[in-house]
Amino acid sequence: MAHEEIDKVTGVSTTGHEWDGIKELNNPLPRWWLWVFYACIAFAVGYVFVYPAVPLVSSYTKGWLGYSQRASALAEAEAGRAARNEVGQNLANASLEEIKNDPKMLEFAMAQGRAAFGDNCAPCHGSGATGSKGYPNLQDDDWLWGGTLTDIEHTITVGIRSTSPDTRMNDMPRFGADGLLDAKQIRNVAGYVLSLSGNSVKGADVDAGKQIFAENCTSCHGEDAKGSHELGAPNLTDKIWLYGGDEASVINTITNAHRGVMPTWGGKLDPVTIKSLAIYVHDLGGGT
Amino acid sequence: MRGDEHVTAEVDSYYAAAKKNYPASVSGRLRTIKWSVLIITLGIYYFLPFIRWDRGPDAPGQAVLIDIAGRKAYFFGVEIWPQEVYYLTGLLVLAAIALFLMNAVAGRLWCGYLCPQTVWTDLFFAVERWFEGDRRDRILMDRASMSAGKFARKAGKHLVWLLIAVGTGGAWVLYFGDAPTIIRDIFTGNAASIVYIWIGILTFTTYSLAGFMREQVCLYMCPWPRIQAALTDEWALNVTYRTDRGEPRMSVRTGAKAKEAGAKVGDCIDCKACVHVCPTGVDIREGLQLGCIQCGLCIDACDTVMAKVGREPGLIGYDTDMNIARRSEGKPPIFRIVRPRTVLYAALIVIIGGIMTYTLANRAFQGVSVLHDRNPLYVNLSDGGVRNGYTVRLINKRPHERHFALTVSGLPDGFTVEAQGVPAANGKPVIEVSADTTRELRVLVMVPGGVALPESTPIEFYIVDTDNGEKASTSDFFKAAPTN
Repeated sequence: MAHEEIDKVTGVSTTGHEWDGIKELNNPLPRWWLWVFYACIAFAVGYVFVYPAVPLVSSYTKGWLGYSQRASALAEAEAGRAARNEVGQNLANASLEEIKNDPKMLEFAMAQGRAAFGDNCAPCHGSGATGSKGYPNLQDDDWLWGGTLTDIEHTITVGIRSTSPDTRMNDMPRFGADGLLDAKQIRNVAGYVLSLSGNSVKGADVDAGKQIFAENCTSCHGEDAKGSHELGAPNLTDKIWLYGGDEASVINTITNAHRGVMPTWGGKLDPVTIKSLAIYVHDLGGGT
Repeated sequence: MRGDEHVTAEVDSYYAAAKKNYPASVSGRLRTIKWSVLIITLGIYYFLPFIRWDRGPDAPGQAVLIDIAGRKAYFFGVEIWPQEVYYLTGLLVLAAIALFLMNAVAGRLWCGYLCPQTVWTDLFFAVERWFEGDRRDRILMDRASMSAGKFARKAGKHLVWLLIAVGTGGAWVLYFGDAPTIIRDIFTGNAASIVYIWIGILTFTTYSLAGFMREQVCLYMCPWPRIQAALTDEWALNVTYRTDRGEPRMSVRTGAKAKEAGAKVGDCIDCKACVHVCPTGVDIREGLQLGCIQCGLCIDACDTVMAKVGREPGLIGYDTDMNIARRSEGKPPIFRIVRPRTVLYAALIVIIGGIMTYTLANRAFQGVSVLHDRNPLYVNLSDGGVRNGYTVRLINKRPHERHFALTVSGLPDGFTVEAQGVPAANGKPVIEVSADTTRELRVLVMVPGGVALPESTPIEFYIVDTDNGEKASTSDFFKAAPTN
């Protein structure tokens, strides 16, 4: 050693480095620490060869193991799909009731139904299935074409006024627009219909309206005005109105009629997805 | 800073090779305590997983178990769920304060007697002594060239070290599964790869840290010596060389001559026994220092020597610098263990421990949480009524199946509660929850038409165990159309 300067206060040698009179003491680092440092460098070099590491112009070095997070994520997704196919097969062969009563199939159908609903049904019925004016609320207990599992499955499959030859279909006359009833008669029948759910229309003769209803409406809506699932005729006595339950809306409906359309999903979605959708929608608010 | 005008010369090296320690064997009071602590702590570590504890057919029968897959921790009669991890936090808080208390009473008690690094290193030293002899023999053997005898002794030592290390890793994995099953699987090669990986990791750390790194861990890796140095005070007992009594140090013969000449003679005969037994290789006579783990072996060594030369024991002992100063001034030493700092730490331990014990003893074994549907908030029904949907999760923390009746309060009369897929008794859904699990289900609450409802009604969900009446509840809201 050419030089050693001992610091008087600590008795430790200095490195000879000095800044503004402050000298750096040399408390030597343990040598194994240095070896750990070299070991880390060796590890890093090894890592570069074993794992993907160096970015190239249009690619990157793949490493000896060929490891790829993307590939392993895809493999996991594939494994999940394979597992789903197994349950999916069971679903294809099971009846709706069987699916409903088997917790494993039910869980699968609910998950698939929820996803399929979001993809296909939510644009009209809303992401919460609450619908809007002209688009039925699927959460409530009022069903135009029936709310049983099989009713719902059938409605989804064939649609309403759709392009399917088996489509659900009905045809309410445009009583006002086509001159079947005059404005006074329409006001009276509207007054009668709204009286069934405890409301009234100003200036309407309810008794006259009842007579007009019996002559024109009962064939579809029934004598008790409770509608028909077979014909898709709405129940007029409850508190749920697809096109609005106020005076003006009801008069407008009688005058012009509404013909909502739901597409057929039979050819577009596979039967297992439709089953899952039926289970999911039935679970929302379905019943009889 | 090479080339800097202030640099006068190059330094030899900025790195220093660690000097190997050859601690001599010692016997005495503190050595006996250390052996006892070693046997007790390692005994607990290696054998605790084998203790069985009957929790019924649906729960594991191991007294101490961390069930990662089942997300539960078992400690005898106590079962901790992930959401109760604050008990673990509490234990860590208690451990930290206990460390502070130990430090305030008698310095590095943890380092010297209880720290796993100290305990395993002590065990490895014992094995080393058994194969290679005491300090002198080991020094001579390391200097000698390799021979069959030296090789056999070294190989034997490393073999036993490795066996202990494998045992350490082997015991570790037993805390995470059924111990007898894991042991059978390990030896038949059927254990999960993670088991072998963990045994490998802990074999490596035990073998390298206790066999080779030793005091380097305390000096360079562990943060506690720095924290301890900042926490200690003038009252805390530390392993202390009583300079007032020891200095000036001189051999027995020189001392006798000096005494005749009328000079002051210290009790220290400078035999270096205290340095030779030190597992970290420090000289305690230089005073309190970072490298001293305060294991007290130098106390035993010095007392042995003092007895031989016919002097009072206790030249090195648990003492304070303040007492050294007092004795030098002719005042009596004072020892004060009960003082505000120790009282505060002890009180904190009692309070935190008390709160933890109380909450643990009184915690509920069932729970309910409710999540209101976000979309839709409410559904108007054909009769003018309103329905709200909720996702309800029931928790059963008992190791057997239970049935809970679900009720709701806070709504006008006439409402109904329906749990999907669950039968109802007397209008209350009765929900079955398996042993030690949670169950999630959809619950629909319906208020019939004709009942006036505000936009939001605070309601309460209750679950009641149908067998023993144990309850849990949570609050939520019932939403309806805005009132105009």
